Amino acid sequence: MCAKACVRGIRMSSAGIKAVWAVLTVVGVIILFWYAASVPMNIKGVLTEFERAGEEVDPPKAVDRRDMSEFELVIDNPYAIDETWEQDRPRLPAPHQVAEELWETTVEKKITSKRSLIYHAWVTLSATMLGFAIGTGLGILLAVGIVHSRVMDLSVMPWAIVSQTIPIIALAPMIIVVLYSIGIQGIIPKAIISAYLSFFPVVVGMVKGLRSPDAMQLDLLRTYNASQSQGFWKLRLPASMPYLFTSLKIGIAASLVGAIVGELPTGAVAGLGARLLAGSYYGQTVQIWSALFAAAILAACLVGLLGMLERTVLKRMGMAQ
Amino acid sequence: MIPVLGAFGVWLFGWWLNSRLASGPYSDTRMVRFLAPLIFGLTVIAIWELVVRGLDVPLVILPAPSVIAVRFADSVPILWADFVQTIIKGALSGYLIGCGSAFLMAIAVDRWDFLRLGLLPVGNFVAALPIVGTAPILVMWFGFDWHSKAAVVVVMVFFPMLVNTVAGLREATAMQRDLMETYAATYWQSFLKLRLPAAMPFVFNGLKISTTLALIGAIVAEFFGSPTLGMGFRISTSVGQLSLDMVWAEIVVAALAGTAFYGLVAMIEKGVTFWHPSQRG
Repeated sequence: MCAKACVRGIRMSSAGIKAVWAVLTVVGVIILFWYAASVPMNIKGVLTEFERAGEEVDPPKAVDRRDMSEFELVIDNPYAIDETWEQDRPRLPAPHQVAEELWETTVEKKITSKRSLIYHAWVTLSATMLGFAIGTGLGILLAVGIVHSRVMDLSVMPWAIVSQTIPIIALAPMIIVVLYSIGIQGIIPKAIISAYLSFFPVVVGMVKGLRSPDAMQLDLLRTYNASQSQGFWKLRLPASMPYLFTSLKIGIAASLVGAIVGELPTGAVAGLGARLLAGSYYGQTVQIWSALFAAAILAACLVGLLGMLERTVLKRMGMAQ
Repeated sequence: MIPVLGAFGVWLFGWWLNSRLASGPYSDTRMVRFLAPLIFGLTVIAIWELVVRGLDVPLVILPAPSVIAVRFADSVPILWADFVQTIIKGALSGYLIGCGSAFLMAIAVDRWDFLRLGLLPVGNFVAALPIVGTAPILVMWFGFDWHSKAAVVVVMVFFPMLVNTVAGLREATAMQRDLMETYAATYWQSFLKLRLPAAMPFVFNGLKISTTLALIGAIVAEFFGSPTLGMGFRISTSVGQLSLDMVWAEIVVAALAGTAFYGLVAMIEKGVTFWHPSQRG
């Protein structure tokens, strides 16, 4: 018995090691490709810098270089390759430049500083969380209404489904400006955008979840003479949990996108979206990339946190697969 | 004040009408399923119109639906040019390239286990990221015209499409695969006759998710720089000029384009996956 279990454990872990190995390989290949790509991407800028510094470049005139292919330039000027990974404003910064910028702007800057990415990430995160809380709360309420009222189901549900096919994020700039003109600014407008982006996925997922108990289970409750509210609390709500968490994960990613896009039209004051926009105005590519990675890390943390919560909750409820 | 009271009356009437329909004898017919949301939508528009007119809400906060409709009718040529620039050139070309390459990649991922183990977690991870953020970088690389928008769309739709297609290609059961084996089917025969058709519901799921993502990508990328036309450009400049009726007209175009795009893919799905339980029910 033990031997069997042990063997299975070893086999499992060897499969696990293989998976980790595969992921690491893929990530490694991506990073290698990134380094390789930044050479031809940046070679023209580097050669222009060299020419200005008075060094010899082949061909010497920028006009001649403009129409040449990047690869040809790399072969003709191999000594410039090192420099393509060290430029100030490269077209494609090398991975270590982005990592350095991330380190400098998170660890080495004070959190209260306007140049700290943690400060900007917090600005975005707080709007995301507020909007997400409002959006999911209202979404769950509407879903409960839809499941219990046939009128709402018939009249509202089709619109909730259609809204999934519409790029409602296009409303974002207007919401910011309209709220600004009636004197509301700061976190609220961004939170509203986050809220309505997470609202519809939660409604649709939650309606599906609350409807997931089958006829047999509903009949069983009827034989127990359960009231409608008992049926809701003891059967429908617990049964909807897997669906809820799936849509929460979609919802929080949408909320984050909403908060980032909501920061664009305000003229780049604070937040990750503002960092992106300011970076693209001033050609600070390293700043754009580090803001992008900060947003990615933030999204990964939020989704990962929800995933952990999902596992714990479903395990406690005995629903984990 | 009277229009506001009227709005209240309209709301009561719409509610009454819909509850009559919902509890009436025909509540499960197609007609009611079509009418009820229509009545709800019309009620909302009527209330909007009456409240905006009754309270004299200024144009810069919320234009009335009639004002939006007039603006829409007046600027059809502009809206059409924006539509072509953003949807046809930007979103559609990016959608085709992105979904096509993700589909081919999925076949490779499905064929080699190592790729599946390595690329799928990465793909799942990337699919949840705020990829719209790559827009400023891609605008910098590919210029202001539609090429950069198509590039953003490619990046946005690639991973959801990849993850869905890979999941679909693994859908055929062991029994079905064994059957193909007993027929001495080659890899490509069993791929074309068993696994690809079995994957279609998943492929179309990916395609449907991607339609919305494509429109979002194309519109948001224009906020980072565009030539002087395009839906995202028009929205951001009209917001700046406080002509909100134009913004709403563009949003109507975006909504129509989004539903039409999704509906088209759903129609094709109906034709291709007619055998699937979800289509027969």
